[in-house]
Amino acid sequence: MAPEAPAEPSSAATPRAPAARRGARSPNPTGAQGAGGEPAHAIELDALVRRYGERAALDGVTLALPAGSTLVVFGPNGAGKSTLLRVLATLLRPTAGTARVLGCDVLREGWRVRGRIGFLGHEPLLYGDLSASENLAYHARLHGLRDASARIAELLERVGLASRSADRVHTFSRGMVQRLAVCRAVLHDPAVLLLDEPRANLDPAAAELVEPLVGRSSGRTRVVTSHDPVGGLAEGDLALGLRAGRQALLAPAADVRPAQVGELYR
Amino acid sequence: MSARPPATLAAARAVLAKELRLERRAPQTLVAMALYSSTAYVVFHFALARDTVDGSLAAGVLWVTLTLAALLGIGRLFVSDRDEGGLEGFLLAPVDRSALLLAKAAALLAFLVAVQLVAVPLFAILLLGPAPGAGGWLRLVLVLLLADAGIAVVGTLVAAIAVQTRARDLITSIMALPLLLPVLIAASRATAPLFAEAGAGALAGRWLAILGLYDLLFALLAWALFDYLVED
Repeated sequence: MAPEAPAEPSSAATPRAPAARRGARSPNPTGAQGAGGEPAHAIELDALVRRYGERAALDGVTLALPAGSTLVVFGPNGAGKSTLLRVLATLLRPTAGTARVLGCDVLREGWRVRGRIGFLGHEPLLYGDLSASENLAYHARLHGLRDASARIAELLERVGLASRSADRVHTFSRGMVQRLAVCRAVLHDPAVLLLDEPRANLDPAAAELVEPLVGRSSGRTRVVTSHDPVGGLAEGDLALGLRAGRQALLAPAADVRPAQVGELYR
Repeated sequence: MSARPPATLAAARAVLAKELRLERRAPQTLVAMALYSSTAYVVFHFALARDTVDGSLAAGVLWVTLTLAALLGIGRLFVSDRDEGGLEGFLLAPVDRSALLLAKAAALLAFLVAVQLVAVPLFAILLLGPAPGAGGWLRLVLVLLLADAGIAVVGTLVAAIAVQTRARDLITSIMALPLLLPVLIAASRATAPLFAEAGAGALAGRWLAILGLYDLLFALLAWALFDYLVED
């Protein structure tokens, strides 16, 4: 069954969020629990506003994303994509409206959200003077992971950095740093991934390495920003287009043509 | 592998270990503080046109030097976190924000103690007139620890504010110096009898009590305010 997304204020389209590939349940606008105790929607935004002073970086964004689905966010620079991710990651507080992640309000229950999200932004959030494994061990301790050394070794192996695990990060290329940042983001096996252009700085081979961790095949609920209409639509279930913080497009990705996405940038 | 949000102390230990490891790898803060202290003694030597100092003048020279050296440490306390996104990395973890306050204050305290292990003996060699006996040095250690605790707490608060501004160094100096003035006054007054020419005098309990009260007051204030300082 295809759950219905909330009406979108600035677009003519009447969006319908796609069914999740796994674990999708009935629409849940009130935050009710699904059959297994988990909320049916992994992410719910209701008239979300975030202002920087007078300027609205997000202005009335409303949507619901079923668990296990991918929301792909398009928009030109400054449209509010990164702000949306940072609000969901509890790094920024909403100015108005609500944002819920896995049923938890990011403003009131941020501490519940943090342990269940993996955030990959423009900055890798790694210390250059620590080695790859030291960086991951530090984040593992902050997330309360016990016996994390096996997990760290496994992740470094999967992204092709096992032989560089003892090297300091400032000796890494940008692509290697990005691969390590992917490891940091998924280290604690989060249910939701917030990914800001996750393949930036990655060559095709490296992008293939991180695909099982942060790609569609990871099976996690994902919010991914992209500037690539074709690639982005292919990996998304629901497409959101932002222009100057406003919701200019919200529709199932399968129903959106790349040209519609291109119009956001004109 | 299992995960449970770590307790505040466990998270603080993780951050502190990271801080000390980073400083060991690239010892910028300690080197800057130690170099500043030794240079300041030489400058005082020429500016005062005296070979030795004692009493309240000696106490003043020592504490002005240590306080200004501490400003260097305060100014650098969150620099690696700002430059490399470490603060966001911490904020994304399911831990109490007070863990960062604890860890940063403990790191600054460790830096202050480490620098003073060099700077205080250097002061005694280069400038101090009659050196106190063993008892006098022990009493000085008590004053140093009480003052350092206050500097560490206030310095962490100021650093957390300053790092979010562009004029980090300016904000650090403008905010930290007035806030640290009570520490400077109380520590100098408490230390002066120890450096008296007639031999080490009794430690003034009143000034120690003021230092202790200052530490307690700002520790409570920091605990209450820190979340608001580091979060959006």
